[in-house]
Amino acid sequence: MYAWDANEEYLFKAMVAFAMRTYSNKSTTQISDVLLCNVTDRVSFWFVVTDSSKNVTTVPGSEVEAAIRMNRNRINSAFLLNDKTLQFLKITSTLSPPVEPSTPVWLIVFGVVLCLIVAGIVFLVVAGIQQRKKKDKESAERENLEEKGEVTVAVENGIPCETLDLKAGHINGVFAADDERFTSL
Amino acid sequence: MLSRGEGGFLIPYFIMLIAEGMPLLYLELAVGQRMRQGSIGAWKIISPYLCGVGVASVVVSFFLSMYYNVINAWAFWYLFHSFQDPLPWATCPLNSNRTGYEEECEKTSSTQYFWYRQTLNISPSLDASGSVQWEQALCLTLAWLVVYLCILRGTESTGKVVYVTASLPYCVLIIYLIRGLTLHGAVNGLTYMFTPKLEQLSNPKTWISAATQIFFSLGLGFGSLIAFASYNEPNNNCERHAIIVSLINSATSIFASIVTFSIYGFKATFNYESCINKVILLLMNTFDLEEGSLTADNLNEMKDYLMATHPQEYAQLAPQLKNCSLEAELDTAVQGTGLAFIVYSEAIKNMEVPQLYSVLYFVMLLMLGIGSMLGNTAAILTPLTDSRVIAARFPKEVISGAVCFINCVIGLIFTMEAGNYWFDIFNDYAATLSLLLIVLVETIAVCYIYGIRRFEKDLHTMTGRKPNWYWKIMWAFASPLLIVSLFIFYLTDYILTGTLQYQAWDATQGQLVTKDYPGYALAVIGLLVAASTMCIPLGALGTFIRKRLKRERVSTVA
Repeated sequence: MYAWDANEEYLFKAMVAFAMRTYSNKSTTQISDVLLCNVTDRVSFWFVVTDSSKNVTTVPGSEVEAAIRMNRNRINSAFLLNDKTLQFLKITSTLSPPVEPSTPVWLIVFGVVLCLIVAGIVFLVVAGIQQRKKKDKESAERENLEEKGEVTVAVENGIPCETLDLKAGHINGVFAADDERFTSL
Repeated sequence: MLSRGEGGFLIPYFIMLIAEGMPLLYLELAVGQRMRQGSIGAWKIISPYLCGVGVASVVVSFFLSMYYNVINAWAFWYLFHSFQDPLPWATCPLNSNRTGYEEECEKTSSTQYFWYRQTLNISPSLDASGSVQWEQALCLTLAWLVVYLCILRGTESTGKVVYVTASLPYCVLIIYLIRGLTLHGAVNGLTYMFTPKLEQLSNPKTWISAATQIFFSLGLGFGSLIAFASYNEPNNNCERHAIIVSLINSATSIFASIVTFSIYGFKATFNYESCINKVILLLMNTFDLEEGSLTADNLNEMKDYLMATHPQEYAQLAPQLKNCSLEAELDTAVQGTGLAFIVYSEAIKNMEVPQLYSVLYFVMLLMLGIGSMLGNTAAILTPLTDSRVIAARFPKEVISGAVCFINCVIGLIFTMEAGNYWFDIFNDYAATLSLLLIVLVETIAVCYIYGIRRFEKDLHTMTGRKPNWYWKIMWAFASPLLIVSLFIFYLTDYILTGTLQYQAWDATQGQLVTKDYPGYALAVIGLLVAASTMCIPLGALGTFIRKRLKRERVSTVA
C-alpha cells in the first residue's frame, strides 16, 4: 500500500486531463482544470473538470463519465489498482465474461472416458463369447472322438485324467514314500 | 462416509457400533458360514417361515441401486468440470447486460448456485417436474456403463475391481489429511467435531442416522454378508473377522471425518473472515475512515463507537451489517449429498492449485460410490444367476446388462428438474426403516426361533470356541431392544410432527425452504417402505398356506 499525498493527487489530475483530451480530442484541458475537493482519510473525494476556454464552466458529468469509462484501464494501471480497488461511483464497470471455448471442456473429457469404457465393455463381451465358443468346440470334439472310439480318454469319476494332473494337488507323503517301506531285495 | 456434518456425531456412532454393528456383523457372518447358502436359502434353513427376509434384502438392494448411482453421475459431472481454470463454481456467471452477477447467484454463494442451478437445475417444488436434463442423463448413463463394465464377468472380475476401489480412497484421504490439517482454520473444524452437543444427543434422529450409517457402512441387512460368508471355510474364525472389520471400518470413518472436519473448519473460517472483511469495507466506505483503522480485532469497539457518534447513519446501515459468527458458519446444517458436493467444492476453490485437489476428491468419491454400487448389484444379481430358471436361458452378460439397463431407465427420473426431491425421498425412506426391521427379524430369528443354544453349539463345532457372554447378551437382549426403541422414536417423531416435510430450493430467496410432501409423494414413500417390509410377513404367510395345502393333499391321498 502507498500513502495518498499531493504527488498522487497530481497523478490523478493528470490522468483525468489525459482522459478528457483523448475523449474530446481537444488539447486544451490542463491539469489545473481538474479540481479535487473533500479529500478524506479514506481516500475518497469529489472532482470536477472545468473548461478554461469557455469561461470556467464545469464540463457536464456525462462527458467526464464517458471519458473515464473509455480510459478506465489506463487509469487503473497508472495507480496499480483494479476496478475493485479504485471505484468511481456512478461509473459501473462492465465485467469481462470468462473465456468460453467452442465445445465445453466437460464434454471433451466425457467423450474420452465414454470411449474408453465402451471399448472395455466391447472387449470383455467379445472375449466372453469367444471363450464360450472355444469351450463348446472342445467339448464337441471330445464327444466326437469318444464316439469314434479312436481315443479313449481316461476318465476318473467323470473327470478326464489330464485335468487331474494339476500342480495344485498335494502329494500324500504316506503313499509317495512307497519304495522305502519295502525292504529291497 | 458420514453424511451428517454435525459435530459430536462420534458418540452416537461409537455406541451404535459397539451395540449394534459388531454383534450383528458377527451374527451375519456366522449364519452365512454355517448355512453355506445365500441370504434367501440361509433363512429358509433357519425357519421355513422366514424366506421373506432374504427377499426383503434383495428388494432393499434393488431400491438402493436405483437411486445410488445418481451420486456417481454427479461426481462425474463435477470431475469433468474440474479441468477448467478458474473452476466453474468459483465465480458467479454474469447477468445478461454484463453489469453484475446473476441475481440468484448474488443471493447465495457461487458453489450453491452451481449445485442447484447448473448441476441440478432444480425446480421450486416437487410438483413442478420439469424435463429430463440431458447433461445429467449422459452422466448417469456413463455411470451405469462403468458399473456394467465391472460386474460384466461376474464375481471374479468384481473382486479385482474392488482392490482398486477400496485402496485408492485411502491414498487420496492421506493426501487430503496432510493438506487439510495445514489449512488455515482447520483447528476450528476439529474442535467443533470433538465437542459433543447435548441437544443433538437427545434428538432421536441423530441416533437413527448413526444406526443407519453403521448398517450401511458394514453392509448389514443387505444379504451380501451372508452370501460372502457362505464361501468361507467352515472353520473360519468369524468372530475375529467381525471385530477386525468393524474396527477398521470405524478407524476409516474417524480418519475420513478428521479430513472432512478440517476442511469444513477451513471453509467456515474463510467465510467468516470474508464476512468480517465485507463489514469492514462497508463501514469504511460509509464513514470515510482511513484504511487500516478497522481490523477484525477492534471491529466490535469501533462499531459501538460509530453507533454512538453517528447514530442516524449507523441506523441506516444497520440492515446491511450482518453479524458474522464462526459458530453459525460451522452450524450450517448441510446434510446428505449436499455436504459432499457443496461444502467440499467451496473449500477446494479456495485452495492453491484447486484443479488438482478437485480431481483427486471427485475421483475418490467415484471410487467409493462405484464400490458401493458393485456390492448392491452383486446382491441383486446373485439370486438371479443362482436361480436356474433365468440362468439357463441367458448368459450372465445379458442378465447384468438387463439389470443395468432397467436401473438406468428408472434412474432418469432423478435427472429431471424435480429429481433431487425424489432422490431425497429414496435416500431417506427406501432403506432406513426396512434395514432396521430386517436386522431386528434376523436377530430375533437366530436367538429365539433357531435357538441361541443351538447357534452356540454350531459356532463351537465350526470355530472350536463358544461365543462368550458379551455376544450372547448383545444378540438376545441389547441389540433387539435398541432397534425396537429406535422404531418407537421414529414413530413418535412422525406422529408429533404430523406430516413429512422436505427442503425445497427457492430461487428468488436463494435458500432452502421447508414444504410439505404432496399426497402422491406420501403414497410413494409408503410404497417404498411397504414393498420391502411386507415381504417378511407375506413370505411367512405363503409358507403357511403352502404347508396347509400339502397337509390337506396328504390327508386326502392317505
